[in-house]
Amino acid sequence: MEKPFKRRDLLGIRDLSAEEIKGILDTAENFREINAREIKKVPTLRGKTVINLFFENSTRTRTSFELAAKRLSADAVNISISSSSVAKGETLIDTALNLDAMSPDCIVVRHGSAGVPHQLAKVSKAAIINAGDGTNEHPTQALLDAMTIREHKKKIADLEVAIVGDILHSRVARSNIQLLTKLGARVRVAGPKTLVPDDFQYLVEKDLIVCKNIEEAIEGTDVVMILRIQKERQDSAYFPTLREYSIHYGLTHERLNLAKEDAIVLHPGPMNRGIEIASDVADSSRSLILDQVKYGVAVRMAVLYLATGGTASSE
Amino acid sequence: MADEYNLIEKAIIMDSARMKRALSRLASEIVEENQGAKDLYLVGIRRRGVPLAERLFNKIEQLEGEKPLYGIIDITLYRDDLSTVGANPIVNKTELATDIEDKNIILVDDVLYTGRTIRAALDQLMDFGRPRKVKLAVLIDRGREHRELPIQADFVGRLVPTKQTEIIKVMLKEFDDREAVGIYEIPNQ
Repeated sequence: MEKPFKRRDLLGIRDLSAEEIKGILDTAENFREINAREIKKVPTLRGKTVINLFFENSTRTRTSFELAAKRLSADAVNISISSSSVAKGETLIDTALNLDAMSPDCIVVRHGSAGVPHQLAKVSKAAIINAGDGTNEHPTQALLDAMTIREHKKKIADLEVAIVGDILHSRVARSNIQLLTKLGARVRVAGPKTLVPDDFQYLVEKDLIVCKNIEEAIEGTDVVMILRIQKERQDSAYFPTLREYSIHYGLTHERLNLAKEDAIVLHPGPMNRGIEIASDVADSSRSLILDQVKYGVAVRMAVLYLATGGTASSE
Repeated sequence: MADEYNLIEKAIIMDSARMKRALSRLASEIVEENQGAKDLYLVGIRRRGVPLAERLFNKIEQLEGEKPLYGIIDITLYRDDLSTVGANPIVNKTELATDIEDKNIILVDDVLYTGRTIRAALDQLMDFGRPRKVKLAVLIDRGREHRELPIQADFVGRLVPTKQTEIIKVMLKEFDDREAVGIYEIPNQ
């Protein structure tokens, strides 16, 4: 069966042109209205099957993809690691081939290793959507972040965006850096030296600055994006203690005041209150964390629609 | 669009003045039937139904001194040919700001042909609530013999019996370089 998505899969922001990104965002914009209706369902993907194949824990992303599929009337099946035959020793490719034999139209995959969606795309007839692969990419997160920024700043080009925290392990940062620079924003990154490699600039050709500290990164920015400190990586000693991290890199009102007066705060969640972000900042009107979650459903509806045959909207 | 497919123009059946007169008559018929503008809700079907609904809105306001309600419907997500059409149409917003519950809806479109667009619009309307009545107003009705569903128009600007090989184009200044309705034919058929 031929796949109608011009770019049959969504594996990463890296592969997309600025026009394609704008096309997805414009399409998502038009899907937002459905989520505000009383009956939040349209028959568009009736009869299509979407498999959410999650090898890593996730509440937000999996729920968001599931709701997106269901609001488009697709049948959504969730498979998580604990209930899959991977636990019984099946290889990734065999799992994919077995799922493929049941003719899904789309497989949404999250895995702890980079490149898994790309491997699946080679063997599967279904459209593959990357819902996070290791430290590589998380394209739909970057798209919903962009949608949130666009909604509040009315543009992305020429904005100054600071990304603070564990850049090294962050697929969210990698996808966001690529997307934002492709759409003409300038990105600064900051965090403990162990988590923000000096050579991070290799990722994009331009418009990325590695800053020495959080203050330098935040000063005069339009958007402050705070990353989650991955407590599960704490035994690797990237920084001495969580408390010390919080003192040097936590986002407080005092630090946020260095940004532009109308700067907005984003966090991909789940957040550690009092560590990377102070509770009062997270709950302030400048924080758009819940908007991000809201737009996430619209973005994933757009991505599913496009992956299973739709054409992107344009302004 | 005519140029894209190298369509051959067979006849221009309505010019700007005739379109205006037809719309004026439609507006009169609609308010006469509805006995005024009360609870009247014009819903334009994207794309060409939208400017037509706007024009009917203005004419009804002139006639009655009262504004009817107004909305826009995009049927893309309700099409029945999503899996068969190669490149799917682009999704646009549906804008029904006012609740449709218990309203007298007039769906407005440029051309009534197979009836499938209207089926999609009706399905979508029902997902928004329970209108008291739904009626259909079109500028051009291509004739019952083309219908693939039991759907007919209540208000018709002009009945134009056509062959299946012919194409009716309603050109509006909002989208095209002129205002006219023409019959076209695809070459070599």
